[in-house]
Amino acid sequence: MSPQMIDRLSAAFLDTLLMVSASAGVAVLAGIPLAVVLVTSGPGGVFPAPRLNRVLGALVNGFRAVPFIVLLVALIPFTRLVTGTTIGVWAAVVPLSISATPFFARIAEVSLREVDPGLIEAAQSIGASRWHIVRHVLLPEALPGIIGGFTITVVSMIGASAMAGAVGAGGLGDVAIRYGYQRFDTTVMVAVIVILVALVSVVQVTGDRAVRRLRAR
Amino acid sequence: MTGAAIIGWPRAGGQAAPALPAERTRRVAGSVQFQGLGKTYISSAGEVQALQGIDLEIEPGEIFGIIGRSGAGKSSLLRSINRLERPSEGRVLVDGEDIAGLGEAGLIRLRRRIGMIFQHFNLLAAKTVRENVALPLRIAGVPQPEAEARVAEVLRLVGLEGKEDSYPSRLSGGQKQRVGIARALVSRPEILLCDEATSALDPETTLSILRLLRDINRRLGLTIVLITHEMSVIREVCNRVLVLERGRVAEMGPVWQVFAQPQHAATQALLAPLTRALPEDVAARLRQVPEPGDLQVIELPMTGEAAPPLAALAQGLRLVQAQVEPIQGHAVGRLVVLAPQGLDPRSLSSTARRLGHVAAND
Ligand SMILES: Nc1ncnc2c1ncn2[C@@H]1O[C@H](COP(=O)(O)OP(=O)(O)OP(=O)(O)O)[C@@H](O)[C@H]1O
Ligand SMILES: [Mg+2]
Repeated sequence: MSPQMIDRLSAAFLDTLLMVSASAGVAVLAGIPLAVVLVTSGPGGVFPAPRLNRVLGALVNGFRAVPFIVLLVALIPFTRLVTGTTIGVWAAVVPLSISATPFFARIAEVSLREVDPGLIEAAQSIGASRWHIVRHVLLPEALPGIIGGFTITVVSMIGASAMAGAVGAGGLGDVAIRYGYQRFDTTVMVAVIVILVALVSVVQVTGDRAVRRLRAR
Repeated sequence: MTGAAIIGWPRAGGQAAPALPAERTRRVAGSVQFQGLGKTYISSAGEVQALQGIDLEIEPGEIFGIIGRSGAGKSSLLRSINRLERPSEGRVLVDGEDIAGLGEAGLIRLRRRIGMIFQHFNLLAAKTVRENVALPLRIAGVPQPEAEARVAEVLRLVGLEGKEDSYPSRLSGGQKQRVGIARALVSRPEILLCDEATSALDPETTLSILRLLRDINRRLGLTIVLITHEMSVIREVCNRVLVLERGRVAEMGPVWQVFAQPQHAATQALLAPLTRALPEDVAARLRQVPEPGDLQVIELPMTGEAAPPLAALAQGLRLVQAQVEPIQGHAVGRLVVLAPQGLDPRSLSSTARRLGHVAAND
């Protein structure tokens, strides 16, 4: 592999890291509150609001139903509005975040729903407000599950970020397609695959370890 | 139980009980009144009338037991005290105040005066013992140094020193329930609700938790309302007992009285496991129609009120069984004796009862 190619690969690697971590950040900041609202506004939740619950649920399902590659294209006008461009790392962050947030919210929602209702009752019995219940019971008790879900989300975002590369976002996917596929450079293709596998493994192992540590308490 | 001294901790907020009307001089903090209470659950399976027409008063400082079969409505009744369950009819008064009208803030204030412990402990797995116990103070905004001191104080009270930094998953069932008790007490409540608090524990641990509850009741003077489905738990700690049957009051009274003279079939059924059967040799030979030379088998109930008919034993009666226990200072139980034919059981005691006859051959 030429030195330029190595440079190109490492730049692409950093682009992928940036895309994924920025979008993962958005997914956490938006997804957790969304999951909390989905759980607490549902039937039997601490802030019952059936209409809001239905609307949010439908919205989340809508975004989840659209394949990422379609979303990527469909969101181009919106992306331009937010970032002023449709190519590059930041342009990819918009569709990546918008696709990852509902995905992560649904996974986090499942963990929040699995919190023993007895714990909520115990919190009510000690005079906890509804916000206290979210803050001290729902979130901390669901944390291992939420972190496990976050790991899954990040791994699937790494895959999606490669797809975003195909429409000019840069990153490892971009390199793989332009050099590995279009110019039949097998070495580059293999290098990209190795880097992606390593990245996914690191994310998965880190996530698993965090979950295990929390559950071992 | 009435007029229990206010000893131990100062009440939440530290203020004295409100001034009482002239005719009611006893302490009122920690009283609960149910007036015409009813609860109907409406679920997909239809309506369930869990409680109806409950009228009674739980007195400040007493240990009040609620017993009944599964589904009798015990939890529904208990949970109406801190409004985890909203009644469908009637009223619940805590210290004379109707709790139906409380808004969210009022409800939170009420719940800080009422502790609760659960069958499955309901401790937060993500928090240590200390954090679990401190949570009620933390959410009430009690300043850190005071909170720490109070947490240490209740942990000492329940005997959990040294376990502060453990997570609940590392504790035994008995220790978990002690954490539950500490968490319920740290707000210095006037009332402690226990929903089958010992049902998940082995007999020895059950006994130690019951002793702790009794100790807390004496030292802190707080009212304890306790659900169980074991009469032995009632006998161990309660002052008065309510027997619920299908959502209604079957009977209620001082524990020794209910044990000595259970009026309702439901109570008798609950007491059956505690009543020893007749000795086998007597039971096997028992017959209802006497044959010549038979002896009568006579049961002499000891109700705590009737004078023990011991003098009768001197008149050539043979004692075949005695089961007598002190409950709240009353001797309660029964004696079974063999007596010659012709002796009127009523001459021994007004409550004596002939169980049958056995041959005298031995
Ligand atoms: N949330 C609910 N929805 C519908 N029905 C309910 C609900 N809670 C209780 N019930 C019904 O109300 C009745 C009384 O229930 P409750 O839990 O008060 O009984 P319990 O005496 O505490 O029983 P157990 O000893 O089994 O705990 C039961 O028939 C029960 O099925
Ligand atoms: Mg119950």
